[in-house]
Amino acid sequence: MTAHAAPAGSLLTATDLRKTYGPTHALDGAGFAIHPGEVVAIMGPSGSGKSTLLHCLAGIVTPDSGTITYAGRDLTAMSDRERSALRRSEFGFVFQFGQLVPELTCVENVALPLRLNGAGRRQAERTALDWMRKLEVDGLKDKRPGEVSGGQGQRVAVARSLVTGPRVVFADEPTGALDSLNGERVMQLLTEAARATNAAVVLVTHETRVAAYSDREIVVRDGRSRDMEHAI
Amino acid sequence: MYSRAMSIGHTLLALLETGPRHGYDLKRAFDDKFGHDRPLAYGQVYSTMSRLLKNGLVEVEGIEPGDGPDRKRYAITDAGITDVAAWLAQPEKPEPYLQSTLYTKVVLALLTGRSAQDLLDTQRAEHLRLMRILTTRKRKGDLADQLVCDHALFHLEADLRWLELTAARLDQLAQEVRR
Ligand SMILES: Nc1ncnc2c1ncn2[C@@H]1O[C@H](COP(=O)(O)OP(=O)(O)OP(=O)(O)O)[C@@H](O)[C@H]1O
Ligand SMILES: [Mg+2]
Repeated sequence: MTAHAAPAGSLLTATDLRKTYGPTHALDGAGFAIHPGEVVAIMGPSGSGKSTLLHCLAGIVTPDSGTITYAGRDLTAMSDRERSALRRSEFGFVFQFGQLVPELTCVENVALPLRLNGAGRRQAERTALDWMRKLEVDGLKDKRPGEVSGGQGQRVAVARSLVTGPRVVFADEPTGALDSLNGERVMQLLTEAARATNAAVVLVTHETRVAAYSDREIVVRDGRSRDMEHAI
Repeated sequence: MYSRAMSIGHTLLALLETGPRHGYDLKRAFDDKFGHDRPLAYGQVYSTMSRLLKNGLVEVEGIEPGDGPDRKRYAITDAGITDVAAWLAQPEKPEPYLQSTLYTKVVLALLTGRSAQDLLDTQRAEHLRLMRILTTRKRKGDLADQLVCDHALFHLEADLRWLELTAARLDQLAQEVRR
């Protein structure tokens, strides 16, 4: 039930992940697999280990044991430097609350990952604005995060997560702070954009209507994962 | 909606799986666990048992001397156990007002020593499968489609919340039903 043998063609695979924080078994044999272009929802009770799983998959947290393979490379065997280079070039991130930099305008925020990868300002902001148009927030380009609504800010954050053309987008409760209508709009735009670019989306959510935008669901309980496709 | 007549047969059968009983005991067990709003009529127990008997799902284990319809002691057959297992494993079609059927199934899974968690997970997957279909239809449809789908989605979401909450309370429920 917790074993996920690396399925053929999967982009990111994890097996038997364990992670403890003091006496807490945050992950206790969790597994995961995702294909290019696939949207997988991670659900489960509060404190069950969803965010820890997402952080391990994204190379932000190192598990105590277990394997994580991304595009044939062993994530746990990489140096910190290699891992952060991988995160910047291949992964995108959206979290629950405005991870936007307050001092920068919205377009500068969206352009930031490109700038960090070495792109020039004009080129970076042109690409950023294209993404903002797709997420229907190009009108906010010169505003600062403090001047836009939560839903608008979240769309800016989604634009930023997609701007580098990532192969995997990690989204932890991306709609958690939004009302139903805005939450669904963000999900619709995120999944459409991801499908159009064949990016995979790892989506942590506690809302089933948000999870219904996924192709597949994994439930995490007590640090163990269950692939719901095989529950039926 | 919830077909009470259909699942009464399965419910009585599953109660028999916990041990042979007389018709009246069976009615009492049913009323105690599931009949809060509507106790079972004895005639219904009797007619259900004769149907189950005819289909080979129960057998008469003993007949006590005396009068009255309650002299027969029923026991479940192997075919009956297979039938209960198949019923519990089959997810219900996601539709409104499903809770009473699902509640009954959860309690019976606990009483017969089967995995209630598996039952809830199977149902959860079935609900989410339908929610995905509705979400896709909503995405591709016009406003009227969206509103109709949203109504169904909110109801399914409510069911799913109930499934989650029940899953979180299974240990407690198991203790209570086995009392
Ligand atoms: N950095 C940390 N230090 C100590 N304990 C941690 C840390 N991160 C997570 N934990 C613990 O690990 C367990 C799993 O946490 P995690 O954040 O993965 O849960 P979650 O499923 O994302 O919950 P929620 O739905 O509330 O966000 C919890 O018991 C949590 O307290
Ligand atoms: Mg979390």
